Amino acid sequence: MQYTDIVCPFCGCLCDDLEVTIKDGHIESVKNACTISQSKFMNHHENRINAPSINGKETELEKTVEKAVEILASARRPLIYGLSSTECGAISKAVEIAEFTGGVLDNTSSVCHGPTILALQQVGESKTTLGEVKNRADLVVFWGSNPTEAHLRHIVRYSVTPKGMYVQEGKKDRKIFVVDVRETRTAKMADKFLKIDHNKDFELLLALRALIRGEELKASQIAGVPIKEIKTLAEEMMKAKFGVVFFGLGLTQSDGRHMNIDAAVGLVSELNRKTKFVLTPMRGHYNVAGANTVTTWQTGYPYAVDFSTGYPRYNPGEFTAIDVLNRGEADAALIIASDPGATFPKDAAKHLAQIPVITLDQKTTPTTMLSEVVIPVATAGIEAEGTAYRMDGVPLKLSKFIDAREGVCSDREVLDMIIAGLKEAKQ
Amino acid sequence: MTLVIKNGYVYDPLKGINGEQKDIFIKEGKIVEETSEKDAKIIDAEGKTVMPGGVDLHSHIAGSKINIGRLLRPEDHRKDVVKRGKNTRGGVGYSCPSTFITGYRYAEMGYTSVMEAAMPPIGARHVHEELNDTPIIDKAAFTLFGNNYFTLKYVKEGDIEKLKAFIAWLLKATRGYAVKIVNAGGVENWKWGHNVSGLDGKVEDYDITPRQIIKMLAQANEELGLPHTIHLHCNNLGMPGNYKITRETMDTLKEIKPKKGRSATVHVVHCQFNALAGDNWMNVKSGAPYIAKYVNNHDHVTLDLGQVIFTDTTTMTGDGPWQFALWNMTGNKWVNSDVEMEAGAGVVPYTFKKNNPANSVQWGIGLELALSVKDPWKIYMTTDHPNGGPFIYYPQVIAWLMSRQARTDTMRELNRACLKRTGLSNLYREYSFNDIAIVTRAGTAKALGLTEKGHLGVGADGDVAIYDIDPTSWRPSQYDKLIKTFAKTSYTIKNGEIVVKDGEVVSAPMGTTHWVDAKMPQEIEEELMKDLERDFKQYYTVSLKNYPVEDEYLPIQKIHKAGGGQ
Repeated sequence: MQYTDIVCPFCGCLCDDLEVTIKDGHIESVKNACTISQSKFMNHHENRINAPSINGKETELEKTVEKAVEILASARRPLIYGLSSTECGAISKAVEIAEFTGGVLDNTSSVCHGPTILALQQVGESKTTLGEVKNRADLVVFWGSNPTEAHLRHIVRYSVTPKGMYVQEGKKDRKIFVVDVRETRTAKMADKFLKIDHNKDFELLLALRALIRGEELKASQIAGVPIKEIKTLAEEMMKAKFGVVFFGLGLTQSDGRHMNIDAAVGLVSELNRKTKFVLTPMRGHYNVAGANTVTTWQTGYPYAVDFSTGYPRYNPGEFTAIDVLNRGEADAALIIASDPGATFPKDAAKHLAQIPVITLDQKTTPTTMLSEVVIPVATAGIEAEGTAYRMDGVPLKLSKFIDAREGVCSDREVLDMIIAGLKEAKQ
Repeated sequence: MTLVIKNGYVYDPLKGINGEQKDIFIKEGKIVEETSEKDAKIIDAEGKTVMPGGVDLHSHIAGSKINIGRLLRPEDHRKDVVKRGKNTRGGVGYSCPSTFITGYRYAEMGYTSVMEAAMPPIGARHVHEELNDTPIIDKAAFTLFGNNYFTLKYVKEGDIEKLKAFIAWLLKATRGYAVKIVNAGGVENWKWGHNVSGLDGKVEDYDITPRQIIKMLAQANEELGLPHTIHLHCNNLGMPGNYKITRETMDTLKEIKPKKGRSATVHVVHCQFNALAGDNWMNVKSGAPYIAKYVNNHDHVTLDLGQVIFTDTTTMTGDGPWQFALWNMTGNKWVNSDVEMEAGAGVVPYTFKKNNPANSVQWGIGLELALSVKDPWKIYMTTDHPNGGPFIYYPQVIAWLMSRQARTDTMRELNRACLKRTGLSNLYREYSFNDIAIVTRAGTAKALGLTEKGHLGVGADGDVAIYDIDPTSWRPSQYDKLIKTFAKTSYTIKNGEIVVKDGEVVSAPMGTTHWVDAKMPQEIEEELMKDLERDFKQYYTVSLKNYPVEDEYLPIQKIHKAGGGQ
């Protein structure tokens, strides 16, 4: 059985041209996928959690759901976290659980592009869906982002090599700049690489903005970049018919954080007074944009939402998962499609290990190992369908083309059972 | 369930019922002639006002644009929070309400149907996902066409049949209800950072004009026999002096032959923003008399107000270059959001201030339009939520329309520019309850071609609003009472079910999403598909197969058939 136009559930690119061949209920081959995607598809059945378990003892799904309900219903401040690697239906249910239990809801953007959102809330942004980049962009700047190693097909599908409506020669018609602290593989293919000192992005962004406003700069170098190179970039930016900045965690998670993005937005907005310019964050997990999107339409806020007062409150730094754990506030946790046990700072992970944790995942992870309740789930985009939002906000439907192992439900179905249980427990 | 609403003063303008005391019967979700009162739930509406459920024909409630607004404005949410209730979800309100709250609050005001006015096609799934999370109300979304690559291409080629086939296809692919046009050609030019100048300005890469785009879309719309006319956001929105282009746009559409059974060929949206006279924002004045005069003399135009409310709100349109201009004027935060091949959008927070001369003039223009267009069937009440102000202020607008004293009392607090540069103070007209029923439900339902809405005739949807006000004893001096009454119904009934009682949501069922399935001859469709297949592959970043919205996104849908191929 062959399926075409399959959407890849790995990174924020959501490439939708995969061809998957199924034989005897297994994936035999995947065409058009990048190497990471290949690996996700071909190994999706490896290292799967055998069965639902409570305290490491295998049991039935119903029992684990009951236990999950018991934990959540008696918790005073449960943390519901993860969500960026599942589909929107599950995210929606997670919001409902957080609201119902008066808990704290957070998704993984609090540890990646959270600062991007904070900057947006301060100053806005000028953005586009990726097709306009493909069709029009004659200047592409990768700033603190490295698609050749993180978003493998970004370059061929959207930003560098594709031939577009007004960029008919593809890469030949585009100028590529890379700004980074080291010469990455993306930098190697660029027309020009600006090597910047660590934690100096803010200065360089402001210098560029000043040049674009026509200010004279007296410094001979800024952020370790010779002024001549900065001037060249500023001129190229103004000369471009359609320019774009793709930025990554190199900008959001270095010193300055949201102020870096604030400066980048300011630079791009300023450029719109001269020409056309946009910027786009390189979102990592395939549906982290969806986690922000769904949470926003349901609560008004993209992440770090607290429901303890009955209505949603937003305060990154206070209601973000790491902070709630660091303060030792969460007395239970529901983790969906994420592995905070492996990725969180020591103190946060330590507290997580001390409280009852319910984890929904496909595979064994450090988080499932510290969890009281573990519920194996189907892989969205392979064994379960749903919606995901691309890094630029384009919604696509994920397909289901093979069945999950018998008795294994999707995230959405399991969360629905928990909601039903919680409602019953309340009555 | 069977419902009988007894003895209310009924306003059902489409059926010619003007405040008569009358019983209304609802059975299995529909209005019926009469039904046995045995086993029926009786609602005593003695001394109360009964109207069909409200139908808002232009609001921004779902999709990427409003969600950008929500994301952009935590400060907006914090002043209006909503706790979770027994039957209801929590959330936030004010200018960018969360989806659940949008549904509840419309229902609390007696509205049972709301149209999302601008759906970017590639983001259609997003719109429908949000609509599914917007409880109680029925809804539909208008698909953006005015800057779509295929529209521009077929206009350039002068191929009306392919344009019709494309409209039919895209409405189906996006599950859209109407053809929306925003700043025709201007948003395409904005992809290079420019706008289009005037109705005969050049759409750069296509060598066509906004006039050609609008005309051809209107013609295609009428030939396809779509239930609603084109839904048009004119060029030059927000630019003083733009009443001229608005009038010219309307005039260019008077030769279009309307669909059988109606006289309108265009609905001009949030007309206040396009009825500005003067040369700049310093000397802006009302162009309402010119627009009103034109509309009074022609039957092919309908309008909605886009009434300004004095508050902090969030502007959001599909008009990227206008939002850019507004950012440059205000320095507030600015989001621009271009959509490949088809559309764009922008979002800028804005505060309408009473002491700001231009804002006071804009406020006056909206009401001046409403009061100088003589026939209420041609002009409808909106705030272009949230552009002119949040929809929760509709009761305030009703008060201004129904009470000259309410207008005068507000005008006293305003910059005097309103007195000098609009004709509002000389207008003595006051809307009746019947007029209000027209501009908030009967007229809008009629303009939309929603034949089962906006009235209480047999077979209509069982959507009813009951307001606690006695129209026989109310006087315009009591406008405060109106504001209270129209904010919270005694009862809102949706499909025969009581959803709001005494101003509180008691049940929150899911409403229906309406969309239009227009048929075209198969051979033209096949020709179109060849174009789509080729151009999608070359220019889009999603495949043609992954583009159309699947049925799962519309759990409760109603399909309205239309078509030039039948």
